[in-house]
Amino acid sequence: MLLEYKIEGGDFTQAGYASSQIKKTLKQLNVDPAVIKRVVIALYEAEVNIVAHAYRGVIYAQVEGSGIKLRLEDEGPGIPDIERAMTPGFSTASQQVREMGFGAGMGLPNISDNADSFKIESSVGKGTTLYIEIKFR
Amino acid sequence: MTISDLCTLVNGTVVCGANRMNESVEYAFASDLMSDVLTVKTNQFILITGLANTQSIRTVEMSDTPFLLLCRDKEVTEDMRELAEESNILIIKSPYSLFKCAGILYSAGLKPIY
Repeated sequence: MLLEYKIEGGDFTQAGYASSQIKKTLKQLNVDPAVIKRVVIALYEAEVNIVAHAYRGVIYAQVEGSGIKLRLEDEGPGIPDIERAMTPGFSTASQQVREMGFGAGMGLPNISDNADSFKIESSVGKGTTLYIEIKFR
Repeated sequence: MTISDLCTLVNGTVVCGANRMNESVEYAFASDLMSDVLTVKTNQFILITGLANTQSIRTVEMSDTPFLLLCRDKEVTEDMRELAEESNILIIKSPYSLFKCAGILYSAGLKPIY
């Protein structure tokens, strides 16, 4: 099953919609609740990142019997130094993002913590793609 | 602690999710930083926060817990209420500060996560 959601940069009213829909789908598939929580936490962090930093993006969720593969592609400024972006506490978030309760430099490390596999590809001036995999067992 | 007792202790009013008033909660986490809440591994805790926006509701939803306590009588917008009702999340509003809510509930036996 392949699910696809378009995300608009800067639109915080919709941030979390895709994660919420994927949570409902995984519940219907009777996936272990502890695994669902890891998936949606990682996904929600990544979705908020697109809203906070990119112009627009697409979330692709490939649900298989053994697990879920998430690919989040955005058009945006890109990440010049991925290693630095992964450092807990490092953030380039705007004041608006911080007022929403994010932007503390905890998102990418938390995605990594919840994922079985996590990879970032980024091109400055073009955008960023995140690959997140979580196994169901 | 039952949600009903918790609500009385913080002089709270139920905004939505009144069907959950007889449920119990053992743990609480107090923060305005949703990024921090998202690192909590425990399920079934109550989030005590002063941050009133749709992302505080989303954070509770993703954290797989159904309880939210909003301090200082922050306004719950229609968007927030709709999101909460969609996921059957209970919202209680208290006139007390986050510090006072946390202090009262800790003294009454609600446990910290860390």
